[in-house]
Amino acid sequence: MKPPFPKCFKKETKPSKFCPGCGQSIILKMLGEVIDELGISSSVVYGCDIGCMLLSWDFFDLNTVQTHHGRTVPTLVGLKKANPEFVAIAYMGDGGAYAIGSQHFLAAAHRNDPITIIVANNTNYAMTGGQMAPTTFLGEKTTTTPQGRSFESEGKPMLGPELVRFINSDAYVARGSSLYPLKLKEYFKKAILHQTNRKSLAFVEVLSACPTNWRTDAKATIEFLKNLEKNYPLGEK
Amino acid sequence: MGNGVIVEAALAAGAEALFGYPITPTTEVLQFWAEKKAKNKKLIFMQAEDEMAAGFATIGACLAGKKAFNVTAGPGNVLAQDPFSMAEAMRIPIVVIIGQRGGPSTGTVIYSQQEVLLTTHGGNGEGFRIVFSPTNLQELYDFTIEAFNTAWTYFFPTFVLTDGYLCKEKSIVDLHKAQKVVKPKPIFEKGKVLNLRNCYDMEEEIYEKVEEISKEFNKIASRVVRFEEYKLADAKYIIFAHGSVAASCRVAVDILRQKKIKAGLFIPKTLSPFPENQIKKALLGKKKIFVVESSLGQFSMLVQSVVYGSSLPFFEYLKPALGIMPEEIVNFVKEHK
Repeated sequence: MKPPFPKCFKKETKPSKFCPGCGQSIILKMLGEVIDELGISSSVVYGCDIGCMLLSWDFFDLNTVQTHHGRTVPTLVGLKKANPEFVAIAYMGDGGAYAIGSQHFLAAAHRNDPITIIVANNTNYAMTGGQMAPTTFLGEKTTTTPQGRSFESEGKPMLGPELVRFINSDAYVARGSSLYPLKLKEYFKKAILHQTNRKSLAFVEVLSACPTNWRTDAKATIEFLKNLEKNYPLGEK
Repeated sequence: MGNGVIVEAALAAGAEALFGYPITPTTEVLQFWAEKKAKNKKLIFMQAEDEMAAGFATIGACLAGKKAFNVTAGPGNVLAQDPFSMAEAMRIPIVVIIGQRGGPSTGTVIYSQQEVLLTTHGGNGEGFRIVFSPTNLQELYDFTIEAFNTAWTYFFPTFVLTDGYLCKEKSIVDLHKAQKVVKPKPIFEKGKVLNLRNCYDMEEEIYEKVEEISKEFNKIASRVVRFEEYKLADAKYIIFAHGSVAASCRVAVDILRQKKIKAGLFIPKTLSPFPENQIKKALLGKKKIFVVESSLGQFSMLVQSVVYGSSLPFFEYLKPALGIMPEEIVNFVKEHK
């Protein structure tokens, strides 16, 4: 028997447009289950950024808005200020959160805006064809770092959750992996309850498989994800 | 001052939220709104981290059904084209006040009319924006109220394009009650489902979307267009001007009339949609066309696109980022009449 889709999925847009093996299918399934279990589907506004996540603009049978690159956070901050009854969930990539939208991401973390931010970290810009991201690890080859990311010219990768923890002691901060869906679900649930109950920022980074741009088969994808944990330690921060 | 007039007008129009980033010459709008918010807890205010954030937060508040506005100028107007373009694509009724300052680049913090094309046609689109250009503080008040009503009636991003002179100017203004206040309609409602996007898969899809918005925009244009004709009926010389410069031109026309020179003035008060048909009619029987503006021809381009094909001699008095006095206009018309 196939496990059922979460109720908040929009069935007519399934199967999704994500590549086979993409971590986002797992991330969004866990998010969907949490939305179902908390019974909040009528009050969620889900915002998705540019990059592969824009393919999720009609993934859910919820109020959703696809924004511009890096601008999902300020859009949802404005929405939340206008109507605090909404549960605002911003879903972004590592480029949107840590590069082009980093000022909004950091400002929201600093202000402790009561929204939930989920960032998929797949160590590259996947939609545009595997360029370097702020999260590309040292030595990792991408289409714009063909020799591998070097500390001398590109610097060290960005550690989003650690940074947010440093500037905001009230936020909920965690890093999970698409390799451990149930743990991820636990983080998402806490991250949404933190927004609704504590009126504080909640942020979960997710190490997300990208077999297309990693050029990995199933086994190598799992190994790649496991290896990432050395650079990006999992757990609540 | 003008920036206070903007806040009073926004309140009269039922605005509830302002998102902005301090930038001269519009900063006091933020300050006055913050003072109002201190007395009225229902009002929403956020000093954002930059103009992009302010614009996108304005969009977010509109999605939640609040009448929200944004105020910026010059380089801030450049940055905010990112959210303005999204509002244009998704028909979000944001209201934006622009206080033009000298450009290019950081330019001056004082005055210009150089943000005409940026405000009417900025962004990677087709300029589906409604843009009012008031000539004095009373019109700044009236058009700011009208901007909120227009935005929430037709769901196009709506701008009040003013300038640093009007933002800082003081004069007597009738802060009357709004005759009409259009109620905001939440775009996202609890318990309903709406999936919004601005990114399309195929050329045909975006083509159809642009055609659809274009049709809607053209349909409402005649209801939205505003203009003023000043002493035009028997005029030989027709002057085109907008904003503060148009106020100067009114005085110039009076002086020219005293000198028995038959000058008249056409003032577009919406730069988008532009009063094309009204301008074509106004040209009938005229001998010469004059355009006066504080830019090197941005407004003139709008006029030229309408008078294209006319054989009337065309004269431009262009002073980028400089104010223009009535005497200069009088002398220019006298020289070329």
